[in-house]
Amino acid sequence: MFRYLHEWGSPPVFYARAGRWQRGLWALSALLMLAGLWGGLVLAPVDYEQGEVYRIIYIHVPAAWVAMFAYVVMATTGAIGLIWRLKVAEVITSAGARVGASFTLLALATGAIWGQPTWGTWWVWDARLTSVLVLLFLYLGFIALENAIEDRRSAARACAILALVGVVNIPIIHFSVYWWNTLHQGPTVARLSAPAIHISMLVPLLLMALGSMLFYAGALLSWARALMLERERSSRWAAREVNT
Amino acid sequence: MNPAVVAFVALFRRDLLLAMRRRGDMANPLIFFVMVVSIFPLALGGDPRLLAAVAPGVVWVAALLAALMSMDALFREDFADGSLEQMLLSPCPHSVLVGARVLAHWLLTGLPLVLLAPLLALLLNLPTEAMPALLLSLLLGTPVLSLVGAIGVALTVGLRRGGMLLALLMLPLYIPVLIFGAGAVEYAASGQPWTAPVLFLAAILALAVTLAPPAAAAALRVTMGE
Repeated sequence: MFRYLHEWGSPPVFYARAGRWQRGLWALSALLMLAGLWGGLVLAPVDYEQGEVYRIIYIHVPAAWVAMFAYVVMATTGAIGLIWRLKVAEVITSAGARVGASFTLLALATGAIWGQPTWGTWWVWDARLTSVLVLLFLYLGFIALENAIEDRRSAARACAILALVGVVNIPIIHFSVYWWNTLHQGPTVARLSAPAIHISMLVPLLLMALGSMLFYAGALLSWARALMLERERSSRWAAREVNT
Repeated sequence: MNPAVVAFVALFRRDLLLAMRRRGDMANPLIFFVMVVSIFPLALGGDPRLLAAVAPGVVWVAALLAALMSMDALFREDFADGSLEQMLLSPCPHSVLVGARVLAHWLLTGLPLVLLAPLLALLLNLPTEAMPALLLSLLLGTPVLSLVGAIGVALTVGLRRGGMLLALLMLPLYIPVLIFGAGAVEYAASGQPWTAPVLFLAAILALAVTLAPPAAAAALRVTMGE
């Protein structure tokens, strides 16, 4: 068991195993998402207030969940890389920033598309929207720092510190943004009175959330493999992988 | 005396002395602060009511930007002439050294900003009742900007063109300070109690004093290649 876990830390083993895992994760994610989309777009009833537009939540909500989850994962793998200096943890952190930023952007974009017909505006300075926007800024800062540092290993370590500082700050930012919003008496259209969601809408949503999570894990591994191959390009196993 | 205290005092005195020998540099962030505040009326038009409404936010944003612009000087010269490396070789905890550094830096750039702010608030027609809130919120908020900024400077000090990157990294982290700082002034200006945001600022400062120096020290060790 421990032997198996330790083997993950070796770049060639990681490369080969992550490739297999990634295929499995994506296959499972595709199944779940197909079921979720079928349930969400076909079986679930139309919302009596919002009409068909509400169905974008089947993309929007899972994307937002994954976006937040991904930052925590990034900080955790960053700390692992910082403490035990595992190359695998470093590439996963770096890949996590990119995948997380993509999901954050997806959440913001789908939210805007949903907001236009529902609230009548693409963007409001609502607390939740603002904190997701700040999350995107944090991801972009991470990527900018990583691109600025020449040496890969010290880039990974510097970025891990930044991710940890960010993860300490996220609750404070989140809370302060909520406080700010009540101060300014935000637009009341933005206030979603959360109605207990009906089971026929909830089940597809949860399926989509699980599917997105697995897709995220697969994308993370896929990106990490590419980064690992690039970083280890002068090693023998990488040459073997590329030539076969 | 505890060697860490000795090192703290020595570094603190050295930084103050260096700054005293070159007083010209100290004025730059202040001039920047005044300039940023005075371009707002030019852009928005001189309507006193409008200016009074935006004054809390404008003064705070300008103070934040001025603090950010001054951060670059925190480690840059010591990095260039090698004294930073020597400091990291010392047996004293690095977070103590970072703390001394940040304290000296704040006294030389942050505190003058705080003292200058009421003057600028007058220019923007901020009601006088808001002055205590403005002073207190800046007094508690600007050290947080310096402390958190120290982490960013430590991460970017070895890089060319680090200035822009520093702003990208730090602005999202400065948001809570901005919200509570400008919030306190706005409350005071509209005659509401403004204790709560100031207490939040004090809490954030306590957190930053404890957590930022070790983080900045760790970041410095990474940048200097340990």
